[in-house]
Formats: sequence, structure tokens, C-alpha cells
Amino acid sequence: MTTPSPIQLPAPAPLLTRSGWSAFIVALIVVCAVAPVLNLWVPAGSAFHLSDYAVALLGKIMCYAICALAMDLIWGYTGILSLGHGLFFALGGYVMGMYLMRQIGRDGNYKSDLPDFMVFLDWKELPWHWALSDSFVATLILIVAVPGVIAFVFGYFAFRSRIKGVYFSIITQAMTYAAMLLFFRNETGFGGNNGFTDFKRILGMPLATQNMRMTLFVLTGVTLLVFFLLARWLVRSKFGRVLQAVRDAETRVMFSGYSPLPYKLTIWTISAMMCGVAGALYVPQVGIINPGEMSAANSIEIAVWAAVGGRATLIGPIVGAFIVNGAKSWLTVTAPEFWLYFLGALFIAVTLFLPDGVVGLVKKLKKNNNKKTEGAAP
Amino acid sequence: MPAARQSRFRGIPGLGSRMFRGPLLFQTPPACAMLSSIFSRLIACLLLCAAVQAHALTVEAARAMASGDTDERIAALQQAIATPDDATLAFIRAMGEDAVKITADKAIVMKDDKGYDPVSGAEVPVPDDAEDIVNNNRMRGEFDAALASLQLLSPDVAQRRTAIDALREETDEARLPLIEKALAAEKDVALQARLEAIRARILLASSDASQRLKAAQYLATSGNPGTRTVLLEQLRNEQDPQVKAAIQAALTAVEGRLQWGEKLAALFTGISLGSILLLVALGLAITYGLMGVINMAHGELMMIGAYATYVMQGVFQRYFPGAFDWYLVAAVPVAFMASALMGAVLERSVIRFLYGRPLETLLATWGISLMLQQLVRTVFGAQNVGVENPAWMSGGVQLMENLQLPWNRVIIVAFALAVLAGVAFLISKTRLGLFVRGVTQNRPIASCMGVNTARVDTYAFALGSGIAGLAGCALSQVGNVGPDLGQSYIVDSFMVVVLGGVGQLAGTVYAALGLGVLNKFLEGWTGAVLAKIAVLVFIIIFIQKRPQGIFAVKGRTAD
Repeated sequence: MTTPSPIQLPAPAPLLTRSGWSAFIVALIVVCAVAPVLNLWVPAGSAFHLSDYAVALLGKIMCYAICALAMDLIWGYTGILSLGHGLFFALGGYVMGMYLMRQIGRDGNYKSDLPDFMVFLDWKELPWHWALSDSFVATLILIVAVPGVIAFVFGYFAFRSRIKGVYFSIITQAMTYAAMLLFFRNETGFGGNNGFTDFKRILGMPLATQNMRMTLFVLTGVTLLVFFLLARWLVRSKFGRVLQAVRDAETRVMFSGYSPLPYKLTIWTISAMMCGVAGALYVPQVGIINPGEMSAANSIEIAVWAAVGGRATLIGPIVGAFIVNGAKSWLTVTAPEFWLYFLGALFIAVTLFLPDGVVGLVKKLKKNNNKKTEGAAP
Repeated sequence: MPAARQSRFRGIPGLGSRMFRGPLLFQTPPACAMLSSIFSRLIACLLLCAAVQAHALTVEAARAMASGDTDERIAALQQAIATPDDATLAFIRAMGEDAVKITADKAIVMKDDKGYDPVSGAEVPVPDDAEDIVNNNRMRGEFDAALASLQLLSPDVAQRRTAIDALREETDEARLPLIEKALAAEKDVALQARLEAIRARILLASSDASQRLKAAQYLATSGNPGTRTVLLEQLRNEQDPQVKAAIQAALTAVEGRLQWGEKLAALFTGISLGSILLLVALGLAITYGLMGVINMAHGELMMIGAYATYVMQGVFQRYFPGAFDWYLVAAVPVAFMASALMGAVLERSVIRFLYGRPLETLLATWGISLMLQQLVRTVFGAQNVGVENPAWMSGGVQLMENLQLPWNRVIIVAFALAVLAGVAFLISKTRLGLFVRGVTQNRPIASCMGVNTARVDTYAFALGSGIAGLAGCALSQVGNVGPDLGQSYIVDSFMVVVLGGVGQLAGTVYAALGLGVLNKFLEGWTGAVLAKIAVLVFIIIFIQKRPQGIFAVKGRTAD
């Protein structure tokens, strides 16, 4: 910008408000201190004890919340509904899974250097794409690089030819579907139907201990909070404002002299990388990754978490992920046949009656309350 | 006659060394062929002299066929069928059905607990010491083969044709005299040619090099996949260079012809898949293409049509078992109505609130699809249900030796075309079609002209849903019917609509058929899964080039 803008832009909002920061700190303390103490040091009989089951469940849901956050960046703030985030999630998970498979070493059923499924397929050496799976550092890089590169290439071609709206959604779904078929094959070297499981250790340390589970839990919680800050910083920057402009009127943005391509491509790639990280955190906690994670249903569910919580609010998707998955783990135990009715009804109800999600609902109620009190005061 | 040949090698336990003698007898062609041809000529002469065919079966021959050492019985059987007559045929059939008893000097055919003489047909008393006939598997195989051979000489053309069909894989030289005889008697040109082909196949293994040469040259005109196997086998054993060259030439010719059949078969399965995609996509072309509603529950509406067909099958089984074959005809309108009704309910209750918000529609209809799947699971169970083809849809039409078109596929192609014609007519020629087009092109103006746009929306959506029901009805005839039925077609069908272009029926047709054929051709080349991936990648690339599909609607709309 060489000439000063004649319009006075409003000052950027602070990263977080004062109460926002305090809530953030509280969340950080809960994740890093309270949960470990309740799980590890409070005796199992106590009412305050956090069971291992709850830790595993919350850890899993926090991974989903990261996905929902990533979905919100691309859907809530940029208006692009992706049905391919399940793929990026699974890709991150697979990269992590490959590393964990190599960590099994010779402890598999066949006592071979190679992962069991390769012995089963009578392979003699690792395929080329397993070359970096022995190194933890390379794995950490690949967790973001693989989804990032695939998203970048796909997004570049898609956004360049101005595919948008439902077309883009359907094309991403096709991409995910194609990838799922590919991963189902035995000869692609990803374990086929069964995927990867039976992990033993990570960084040489056993995986199935309480301490390791807690470590992963804390790691996931911290990642979620850091990503939340990052997303907050992104959407309130100038970059984020252009994204929202693209969402609301892409043609006008173009006429104003912006090319939407780099903006969309950047946020799309960042969103995919976040999903990859979520997948990588998810796999060691759940202990399995298979191509079922790429099914169309999973990707659409991510969208529903975001929608239930409230799009275009960053806290909404996280809340949504907790609500929907909490309900899922409760309903699939107590009344498994009702779970799909509930989920289906949730899809319909949210789109029809709660366009702004739970967070929008809460805001509305607050506003109404304020109005009532204001009306009553004079 | 695979059954007969197999049983010859199978033998039965306890036969010991005979098991090996059996095959040997038939693998030493000169002795056997000479013997049987001498016999057949001898008996033919006798017959000519006597000019009475009905008495070719003798009491001794019948006894010899019915009991004794298996090899001897087979030899007797071979002799008898070289000069067949009605009595022989009836007797062999009776033996095949175990309806024969044996006494010390003759065989008696049993029927309704009474004994009949196999030669004269007169009723005879059954002695108390008469034993039941004992047939091992090998013997049964021989009976079947003998009956098939005898049919070759039947005066009825249809019977001869079935007999020749049964013999098309035959390579046993023992059959040669019979085939020669049938060939001499055959008047039908087409059957003659087929008999000649069978003879050539047998002669290809002849010990006479000139015979083999002739056979190889003859076989070059064949298009039978079995011929290729025979030629390949002989090529491996062949010593004579001249014959070898002839066989090689014949093999090339046959393979060329076979390739045509295979290509046509791939084309047909492609068209068949394309017609199914077309049926699936036609409904979408209306709801998505014309109305712009992303209906992720489209697959579930198909599922409802398929289950409606299943219910109709049950109703016919229960109440009209006599007319069971026609249940499918009744199921077509029922499937249409069931899905259309469900579609109308969905439009009224959910979708009409979401017009102009495609992404929300996508999520809401996905929710509907989940609920419908669960509903079907609750009502019908999570397992697939069985839907039978009616009798008139089973079987197929044989176009080439290695190209058979199954009736159910042919009928579905025709059905898809009929539905297409119906939809095209409805959209372009009727009042409802006019309203639908009007409302989709310009809703406010259509409304100003007095069109009840909300009602038109409901009708149009119900129509698209009903077509999905028809697709489900058709799918129930070729695939599994289960709660997941819709899921497996939804990606494909959206691809068809996207590829064909929104708002286009013609585009949908070309895209569906094109994708079907492309998919099947790639499948023959790379395998099913890779073919599917290749097609998806192709579509993604294609959309890059032409984001509006094959046939883009020209316009100046901008948001």
C-alpha cells in the first residue's frame, strides 16, 4: 500500500480479551496440572479421580476439536466447505502410524524387522515411502508436510480454476474417496483393510502406561490451545479479514484488486496441516489407524462439530466437538440404535434452527436477557 | 461334457487299478477308435440289411450294459449307442435312474413296481433273486454322455442343438464315429458347421499328420474360447513342423476373434454400468441439476425403492404365488411412489427452508440419509435382504461364442433408456416440465405469472426422488439390497452430474454412459480399484479444464 487508505480501518481487536486470557490460562492449568493430578495421584476410589477411560476419551475428543478448529478456519471464516479433512487427519495419522510400526521392531508376531503385515504379504524390504519412518524428527516434519503438500497441490489447481461452493465440496469428497480406495489396497504398503495397530512404544518408551497416556493427553491439550491462539491471531489479522471478505463476496474482493487464490490456498494448507497434527496425536492414543478414517461420513461429521458449536467463532467448533462426541460416546453405549437417529436429527436441527450453533444461541439468550433487564430497569 | 470326463478320472474307491485302466482305454485312440468304427460300420451294415432299427438292442447287450466289470459295461454301452434306437435310449435312461434290475441272464426295466423287457417293452415277471443295478460315478457319467450323444441323432432340431451345445468342449476321440454319423445325417447348415468344428477339435489330436493339418486349418475359423485351449495344448505336443505352423496360424486367428468378443463384452458391461449410473444420476439431474438442491440422501431414496421392490416380492410370494414372475412389473410403480412420497415429505419438512443455502442443504440431507439408513436397519434388519430375479430375467442371449448378454442387464439398459425418454418428455413437453423450467430459470417472474412455485418445487423434488426409487428397483435386480446400498453409488452419481454439467439432461446421459464405459475398460486393464481411482482423478482434472461440466450453460450470472 503506497497511498494511505482514505477509510479509517477500525483498530484490530486484541488477541484475547482480559476475560478471554483468564479463561485461556484456566484451561491451560486444567489440562497441564489438574487433569494429571486427578488421574495419577488421586486414588481410584475417590470421587475426584479421573479414570483412564475418561482420559482416553477426552484426549480423543481434543484431537477432534483440533479438526473442528481447522474446519472452522476454512469453512466458518473462508466459506469453503471441505469434505476432505478426514483425509488430512488420516494422512497425519498414517505418518505417525508408520513410525509407531517401525518402533515395534522385532517384537511383532513374526519376529521380523519388517512390520507384520509386510511379512504376511511376503515382502522382503521396506517400500520406498517407508524410508523416513525410522526417524522421529522426519516423522514430525512429515506429519505436517504430507497433508500440507497434498492440500497445496490440490488446492492450487482447484482454486486456480475457481471451483467453489458445492463443487469444491464434492471434488474434495471424491479425492478422499479415491484415497480411501488406494489405502484399502494391500500393495500400496499401508496395511490394507486392517491398517496399523498393535503399537508397542514411542521414542523407545512403552505406549501402554498411565504416564504415557497422560503425557499424550497433556500434549494434545496444549496443542489445541496453541492452535486456538494461532487461529485467533490469523482471523483477526488483515489476512483473516480478507478471508472473511472472500467468504461474503468473493467477486467484490476480486474487483477490489485482491486475488483470492493465495489467501484461500494459504488457509486451506494451514487447515490441512492442523488436521494432520490432530491425526498424529490421535493414533498413539487410540492405538489404531485404518482407511475407515477416510470414509465420507467422517469428513462430514467434522463439519457438523463446527456447525453445532457455531461457525465463525473459534470457541464454537471446540465446544461442538465436545458436545457431539460426548453424546456419541454416551449414546453408543446406552442406546446404540438411537445414535444415528440422534446424529441425523442433529444435522437437520442445527442447519434449520441453529445457524450460528450453540455459541450463537448462548449469545442470543444473553442479549435477550440484557434487553429484558434494560427494559425492566427504568 | 465336463461331468463325464471328470468322472472318468475320479473312479470310485475300491476299483484300484481299474481307475488307471479307465483313462488308458480312452487315451489309446487307435485301438479304441478302430474297434468302435469297425463295430459301427458292421452294425450299420446289419441294420441296412435288416432295415428294422427298433430291434438293434438285444437282450445280451442290455445285460452287458447293466452289470459286470465297469470297463466291460462301458464297452457294451459304446457299442449300443453306435447304432441307437428308441429302446436303447429308454434303457440307458432307465439305468441312469437306477430303475433296472438284473437277473442271471437278462436286465429288467422297473416301472411302478412292475418289470418290463427292455427290448420288446412287454411286461415280464420279476424274479425274487433279481438284484438292483449298481452304478458308480464313472458309469453315471457314461450314461449322461451316451444320452447326449444319442440326442445328436434325434429328429428334433432343438434336441440336436442342446446335444451339440453339450459336446462343444469335447475332445475325446471315442466320440468321433458318432459325430461323423451325426454330421452325415445333419441337414441344418448351422448345426453342420458346429459339428464340423467339434470333429476338427477331436481330429487335432489324431495320429495322422494330414488329419491334424486339416483340423488346424478348419479350427482357424472358430471363435470358441475352448478351441484356444485345445490349440495351445496340441501346439506344445506337436512334432510335425508343417502342422505346427498351421496350428500357430489357427491360434492367431482364433485369438483375434476372441479378442473381439472380449472387447464387446467389456463394452456391454460398460454400457450396463453406465445405464445404472444414468438411472441414479437422472434423479439427481432434476433435484441437483435443475433445482440446485444437493441431496446427499439421494442414495437412501434409491434404497427405499429397492426395499419397496423387496416388499412387493414378499407380497406376491404370500398372496399371488401364481403370478410371482410379474412382481417386478408391479414393483416399478410402487418403488416410484414410495420414494416420491418420501421425497415430497422431505421437501416440505426440511429442504424448502434451505433453498439458496447449498452447503447447509448438504449437511441436512446427510443427516436425513443417516436417519433413513437407521430406519431401514430397524425395520428390515442390518443384513442384506434377498431379491430374486423373475424367471424371465434370468439367462441371456448368446451373441458370440464368448459373448453372452445376461437378460437382467439388457432389460436394465432398456429400462434406463425408457426412464430417460419419459423424463425428457416430462421436462420438455408437459405443463409440469414447463413450470419446473420456469421456476428454476426465474423464480420471481414465474411466481408473477401465477405459478405456485412452492408446489412446483415439491413436485419436482418428488419426481427426482421417484426416479431414484426406480433406480433402486433396477439395482435390486443386479446387486445387493441392504442399508448401505445408497452409500456406494452416491459418489459416482454426483460425479456424473458434476461432469455432465448442472441443468442438463443431455450432459447427464453422456457423462453416465461415458464414465461407465471408461470405468469398465480401465478395469480390464488395471483392476477394479485402480480403475475407479483413475476415473476420479480424471474427473478432478477434467473439472479443472471445464468447471461447468461438458455442456456448460452460457450466461452472465455473477454473484
